[in-house]
Amino acid sequence: MSKGFLEIENLSQRFPQPDSSDLMTVFEGVDLEIQKGEFVCLIGHSGCGKSTILNVLAGLATPTDGNVIMDNKEIKGPSLDQGVIFQNHSLLPWLSARDNVMFAVRARWPNWSRAKRLEHAERYLKMVGLDHAMDRKPSQLSGGMRQRVGIARAFAIEPKLLLMDEPFGALDALTRGVIQEELLKIWSETHQTVFMITHDVDEAILLADRVLLMTNGPHAKVAESVKIDIPRPRERASLHQHENYYKIRNHLVDFLVHRAKDMSLEAQQEAAQGVDPRHKPRFVNPANPEESAPEPATDADATAAADRPRMRAV
Amino acid sequence: MNREATLNELNPALERLLPLLRLGDQIRRRVQYPALGIAGLFALWYWGGWAIANNEDTMAFASFAPGPTLAAFWDLVVSGNVWKPIESSLYRVGWGLFYAIAIGVPMGVMIGYFLTLKQVTHVPFQFLRMISPLAWMPIAVLAFATWDGAIIFLIAIAAVWPITYATAHGVQRIDPMWLKVGSNLGANPFHTLRYIVMPAIAQDVFAGIRLAVGVAWIVLVPAEYLGVTSGLGYAINDARDTLEYDKLAAFVLVIGIIGYMLDAICVRLIKRSSYHAEG
Repeated sequence: MSKGFLEIENLSQRFPQPDSSDLMTVFEGVDLEIQKGEFVCLIGHSGCGKSTILNVLAGLATPTDGNVIMDNKEIKGPSLDQGVIFQNHSLLPWLSARDNVMFAVRARWPNWSRAKRLEHAERYLKMVGLDHAMDRKPSQLSGGMRQRVGIARAFAIEPKLLLMDEPFGALDALTRGVIQEELLKIWSETHQTVFMITHDVDEAILLADRVLLMTNGPHAKVAESVKIDIPRPRERASLHQHENYYKIRNHLVDFLVHRAKDMSLEAQQEAAQGVDPRHKPRFVNPANPEESAPEPATDADATAAADRPRMRAV
Repeated sequence: MNREATLNELNPALERLLPLLRLGDQIRRRVQYPALGIAGLFALWYWGGWAIANNEDTMAFASFAPGPTLAAFWDLVVSGNVWKPIESSLYRVGWGLFYAIAIGVPMGVMIGYFLTLKQVTHVPFQFLRMISPLAWMPIAVLAFATWDGAIIFLIAIAAVWPITYATAHGVQRIDPMWLKVGSNLGANPFHTLRYIVMPAIAQDVFAGIRLAVGVAWIVLVPAEYLGVTSGLGYAINDARDTLEYDKLAAFVLVIGIIGYMLDAICVRLIKRSSYHAEG
């Protein structure tokens, strides 16, 4: 099995509860691999620990168990190798759009001349279509424009891993569509490795190479890794005409509506029985079921299956 | 369709008119309204002067009226006698504020940052804050070798509280997101302070300084009534002793004008460091 660019090993997060001495397990035993240049989306219901996983990858949170290795180095704290785009643009309000990007560029390359930093920052602002608004402060920008500055800032530091936590959640549908396409454009130029959390199934299908599906918490798992078998370049307008689109979409929606909950109950029973929670997501290609890993037959088999090396490297 | 077409035709014309309309608005806001307020104050002053002059009991103080006062003010400016007391007073206020800022800002940052410290300091600080700075006068006179030192101490102890608490308020308002952005970009504690905390709280600090300037300027005059032989407070006291009421009123005018100017500087600083959407 090839080693991934980003490896998440047996990741678990438990929190103390106010009314009990037992720890509450948000998610546990998560094993994941992400290849260089891959665009991966993570979908799950609220409270399953999606953001916690992202914060761990960003180095902003410490997991209870497990570790994350990127490019053969363990992620132990925040660094410029991991760029983050948060849901609420998170720009510094006293700096103009340009200076917000410059601020990050300067942190990344402190030895660059000002002219070089300026050129670099402006190049990325132009990529997100903000040529005309670089001098404006965040309070003078629309929500969509702010988020674009955030995207430009994150791409500008050219991190090894770009993390996005529902980056378009606060935007209206029209703006979201436009920025999704801009994101696709800038990604196709840079081929960053991207890990993105979203609630939006269509957004995930448009953007991702692979969608990770998380069951509900507590004891949440990353249950499936779903291949988005639609060739690039993809376009929002014509995406739903592709023959695989509905097969994929139905699979994702079915998971979120039905199976996320059912599997969560199973996971809780298993946890009560003391089954080792460590697992790899099952590989699924809804467009070509023969490619998918077989479904686990019973609860007991499920854990065994997770350890079997016949898992496809994804 | 038709309506839209007409609107489109009208638009360029309207756009050309807009700057003119805005200019009219600006003139109204910046000149007309303030002038109205100033005129109102003068009217009140004039009326007061007239009332004093026409009352047998108070006739002796008739030179408080605008006419004699403005004449005395003009004399002070022309003769240059106005500058010396201003200089002494500004020197004291300047140093007093300097110490208040040097102590108040770091203290405010700490109080805003550490909740425990806020709770520990709450009672003693509120207790000290409520003591009139002038109550410290006898102690200050004993503790400091010079009158200047004592006055600077009084101003500093009066001005330190608004600065401390405005700074603490600013620190508490820092969006944790900004700190997250900073740590994500690899900022060390010094960077965080210099590039995130300081700009984030700047406008609150200046708002605190604005309040402090007001307090300092108020404390200055009574503090200068005692002991010293220079400054605006002394000049007022001196004019009273020599029964030069027009000069006394002229110094009151000077105090008001300088106070206004100091405040205007602070407002400017607040505006410049403000990053919230305006209007």
